[in-house]
Amino acid sequence: MGLLDGKRILVTGVLTDASIAFHVARLAQEEGAQVVLTAYPRPTLTARYAKRLPSGPDNPPPVIELDVTSTQQLEGLAGVLAEHVDGLDGVVHAIGFAPQTALGGNFLNTPWEDVATAVHTSTYSLKALTMACLPLMKSGGSVVGLDFDATKAWPVYDWMGVAKAGLESCSRYLARYLGPQGIRVNLVAAGPLKTMAAKSIPGFEEFTEIWPQVAPLGWDVEDSEPAARAAVALLSDWFPATTGEIVHVDGGVHAMGA
Amino acid sequence: MAATEQEILAGLGEIVEEIVGIPAAEVTPEKNFIDDLDIDSLSMVEIAVAAQDKFGVEIPDDELRNLKTVKDVIGFVQGLTV
Repeated sequence: MGLLDGKRILVTGVLTDASIAFHVARLAQEEGAQVVLTAYPRPTLTARYAKRLPSGPDNPPPVIELDVTSTQQLEGLAGVLAEHVDGLDGVVHAIGFAPQTALGGNFLNTPWEDVATAVHTSTYSLKALTMACLPLMKSGGSVVGLDFDATKAWPVYDWMGVAKAGLESCSRYLARYLGPQGIRVNLVAAGPLKTMAAKSIPGFEEFTEIWPQVAPLGWDVEDSEPAARAAVALLSDWFPATTGEIVHVDGGVHAMGA
Repeated sequence: MAATEQEILAGLGEIVEEIVGIPAAEVTPEKNFIDDLDIDSLSMVEIAVAAQDKFGVEIPDDELRNLKTVKDVIGFVQGLTV
């Protein structure tokens, strides 16, 4: 008996097998879920990794191209999804992007246009994606987003940190407005992980060196499994009364003073 | 039986043509992926994954950064399959 038996889960953000979302999709399949992937910017790359999921190279999950800043693609999403699944029980938002000018210590000089791109892609997209999936979530469901603790100002994370603060607030408002429909909205705030996204942050090693030293449980920057497990747990029926929550999967760093 | 240099070159040419649309004939050993073939980093990741599937070798991310020319990839694949 799997934690997600019979559940239909949409997973965004699988770029490579280093993506946190790849491990969410892997564990979701292992726990009995039917998984559909969306991909951006390279659906062909995502499709290659989809074949490495437990469903195997001959039976990979469908891969749907989805740019979450494209109104047209969002409007068409429910229709495209309906070709593969008869409904959705869960949605995983693993999407974030900020132009290089918005990262790496350039905070004071980042122009609004680049901040807007970061917020549109990383923050507003949680609402946009959830609403695009809503027609398929008729009997409630669980939306899980990936976060990086936005209560503090970190080195180099800059406007992505502001976007994540917005994401945290956005998930609370979604929880408020969608709760009456039985839809829970929660975030997993993971510690730093060496994903493709992380590697594009100039100075990312400032996190990876300090984190394992501060975390009382320790922290492995190569291991996405703990964050993925938390996401799967939130997708399951084992958090039935939890919404608007942020589950920290960071080795305990958020709770330490130094 | 290890693949020969010619076999790997031909296989790599097919992969590059499929993924970025550059004719296989232009994929010659001395070409640099970024400077000569104008291939971006995500395309390189996809080429690496396709090469892994085709040649049955694992190319770690850290290693991928060192593989700048077609010849580098051929050498890496040969080194792991001989």
